[in-house]
Amino acid sequence: MLVLRSSRSALRTLEAPSGGLVGRVLLRGLSTSAARSEELKKTPLYDFHVQHKAKMVPFAGWSMPLSYGEVGQITAHNHVRNAAGLFDVSHMLQHRFTGPSSQSFLESLSPSSLHALTPFSSTLSVLLNESGGIIDDTIITKHSDNDFYVVTNAGRSEEDKAHIGSKLAEWNENHPGKEVKWETMDGWGLLALQGPKAAEVLQGLTETDLSAVKFGQSAFAEIGQGKVTCHVARGGYTGEDGFEVSIPPEHAVELTELLSGHPDVQLIGLGARDSLRLEAGMCLYGHDLDESVSPVEAALTWVIGKDRRAPDAPNPFPGKSRILEEIANGPKRRRVGFEVIGVPAREGCKVFAADGKTEIGVITSGIPSPTLGTNIAMGYVLNGQHKKGTKVQVEVRRKLREAVVKPMPFVPTKYYK
Amino acid sequence: MLSLRLARPASSLLRSALSKPMMPRMQFAAARFVSTRYSTDHEWVTFDPSTNVGTVGITDYAQKALGDVVFVELPGSGNEVAQGDPIGAVESVKAASDIYAPVSGVVTAINETLSDQPSLLNKAPQGDGWLCKVKLSDPAEFEDLLSAEAYKAHCEGQ
Repeated sequence: MLVLRSSRSALRTLEAPSGGLVGRVLLRGLSTSAARSEELKKTPLYDFHVQHKAKMVPFAGWSMPLSYGEVGQITAHNHVRNAAGLFDVSHMLQHRFTGPSSQSFLESLSPSSLHALTPFSSTLSVLLNESGGIIDDTIITKHSDNDFYVVTNAGRSEEDKAHIGSKLAEWNENHPGKEVKWETMDGWGLLALQGPKAAEVLQGLTETDLSAVKFGQSAFAEIGQGKVTCHVARGGYTGEDGFEVSIPPEHAVELTELLSGHPDVQLIGLGARDSLRLEAGMCLYGHDLDESVSPVEAALTWVIGKDRRAPDAPNPFPGKSRILEEIANGPKRRRVGFEVIGVPAREGCKVFAADGKTEIGVITSGIPSPTLGTNIAMGYVLNGQHKKGTKVQVEVRRKLREAVVKPMPFVPTKYYK
Repeated sequence: MLSLRLARPASSLLRSALSKPMMPRMQFAAARFVSTRYSTDHEWVTFDPSTNVGTVGITDYAQKALGDVVFVELPGSGNEVAQGDPIGAVESVKAASDIYAPVSGVVTAINETLSDQPSLLNKAPQGDGWLCKVKLSDPAEFEDLLSAEAYKAHCEGQ
């Protein structure tokens, strides 16, 4: 079939990807745990996608919709920015952690101040290895001190499960009587409804007052005539207002039909998902993040709780010494945004200083932005070259192209705050 | 400009053939007429043996795989290219695809319209969305490209 393949992470190799026309039509995010030869997993919405003429492609070990029917990526992208789009994100791994020491356990894996979260609020966070590298990025939602809902990346499910499993066994051994119970919500549906019309659409289907659920907050809401109880979290991966709706397995198709039946809602595939998230300045694991990258390097220092940075703070997070050192003295490299003049720069393109000679970094994601009409990218540069407005050069097809370091998000976020 | 890529009228082909009756090049008999062949990189070449110029573009299969084309980088006119050289790129939002020269020669024209209307590559990849014209230095290279039938089989095998 048509080759929609991943390139190796640019963070691991400076070699630019190569291949013939179409051979390089690369679908981002295919990397990491799932081997290509394995049978692809299907979300509860697989048949729904096929019925809606989705072009299904392998993604992180799953068969997922790239696009629907003849709707192009730019049309789909713009529809999310102007109305509302519905994404199947059921391939992502949903977890529940319950039990008396759940909060402390999750704080032992991540640098977030989970104790400071109020019930039914969430934070972007990272799971860290012992060297302070990012095993995965994740959204952690607190329902109470002993009840957490966590979503991690599909492409990291094997690594995450192995990591959490071994850490949890150790934790429970050391915390008798305060054990943590961990479940993954396999088979559950997860839909992202994103765009300026998202709230109006979802409010029409539930009696829960969504105006009380701000960005980063969540609620259990009964949706549709069948009053299916779903976890509704306000936020998403596009920079727009929107929700991620977690749906019991037996109701996933029914609620997808209900939401997608609204005239303002279009089904949106992975293609537009990638351009939307890049405009919003968000990372794609396996491309913009990997296990060598610390949250300080990844410009995610803000996820590290202030109180947790104190050298003597209890329950230190993994890799704390490296991370504190990087906060104090600056990391070796930093993730930044770029605007590239003239041509789009893609993953793997080398970044040079303004002199065109000194190699200072690499592009990890890049697209021609459908919203802005400019070529946007993110990548890593040496510390010191990361300031906004720094002029750099990016090598695209063996030619140096002018580029400038830009703040992210590229497209202003429109969260409901 | 666009008319340049249309097949020459049969009468002019006939005239040019008749004007060189003493040079029967039997090995190129099949190439005496304007014909189209394809590369495994999903490019097409329409070759006019009377001028030795081939028009190069991407196939319908390629444009579908790429999705909305938003940017095309073409080689400069006058550039010498060798078969297999990367000579430019076609970019959609999701991906960049290199264009490789399907034949060797000198670039004689590029489709300037594409800089303003890259979407022509989606609308008419094998017509108004042509990429460039190359004066072939070795017409035998053209003969080695795939026939329409062989290209179709190549796509089905992917």
